[in-house]
Amino acid sequence: MTVFLEAVVSVLLVLGSIVMLVGSIGLAKFPDYFTRLHAPAKSSTLGVGCILIASMIFFSVQLGHVNFKEALISMFLLITAPVAAHMLAKAGLHYKVNMKDNTQNQQLAKKAYLHQSPDEK
Amino acid sequence: MDKVRKFIWFPTPYHSILLWLVWQILHDFSRGHMVLGAVFAIVIPWIVAPLSEKEPVAKNPLTVLRYTFRLLFDIVLSNYDVAKRVLQSNRSLRPAFIAVPLAINEPLPLTIFTSSVSLTPGTVSVELSDDRQWLYVHVLHLEDEQQLINLIKRRYEAPLKEIFGC
Repeated sequence: MTVFLEAVVSVLLVLGSIVMLVGSIGLAKFPDYFTRLHAPAKSSTLGVGCILIASMIFFSVQLGHVNFKEALISMFLLITAPVAAHMLAKAGLHYKVNMKDNTQNQQLAKKAYLHQSPDEK
Repeated sequence: MDKVRKFIWFPTPYHSILLWLVWQILHDFSRGHMVLGAVFAIVIPWIVAPLSEKEPVAKNPLTVLRYTFRLLFDIVLSNYDVAKRVLQSNRSLRPAFIAVPLAINEPLPLTIFTSSVSLTPGTVSVELSDDRQWLYVHVLHLEDEQQLINLIKRRYEAPLKEIFGC
């Protein structure tokens, strides 16, 4: 394994870890349920994506043939992560969790809970 | 949709190819698994096809590729955006709900659209109105409502309309 490839793999691993760390900090510090949803929904895709690309490069070199399994994992992750975020948001609406006081358009949350159009009475 | 349909060898050819490829990737392209994967790729669509409705097919593969790369780029951007908000103080945060009027209402394009919204800068799709005319989106930090709605429509909805031609 050349020094260059090792450097690429290390940079990707560190980058992925930083992204995941920031996501976790966001999960802990954001003020309410809906804002907390944002951090892990986004960082999980990029963070895990970076680590998987690093793993793909490393094992492709190590085993001597191209390894696609990680690409498959990241694809499935890309499909499922937004669905999970969406279901969590729906659950939050259903339980009428508290929102940060300065959340704009709070009346839209009620409309969304009833599945109505915004202009319906 | 008619319940009794004629027997077709490959009811969903694209899904068959995808299934076979995924099976090969999982088992490192060994010969035995090529045969086993082929059996699965033929038999599973027979069982599953009558359960699913007809999905629209992408008309132009090139636009699909362009959309994918734009989405990947936006995921990187959105991470930077959210990271910035994480490191700032909570007091400067101005979360909001917005309602985005929809111009597409078929299940597959709509799923891709809502997923794209969830993956991109500071927005998570929350709920769909019953008539499929409005998508409710939660925004982490809202500056200009109309501008954001226009951006979402222009950046994701317009190309999807072009791809699926609906």
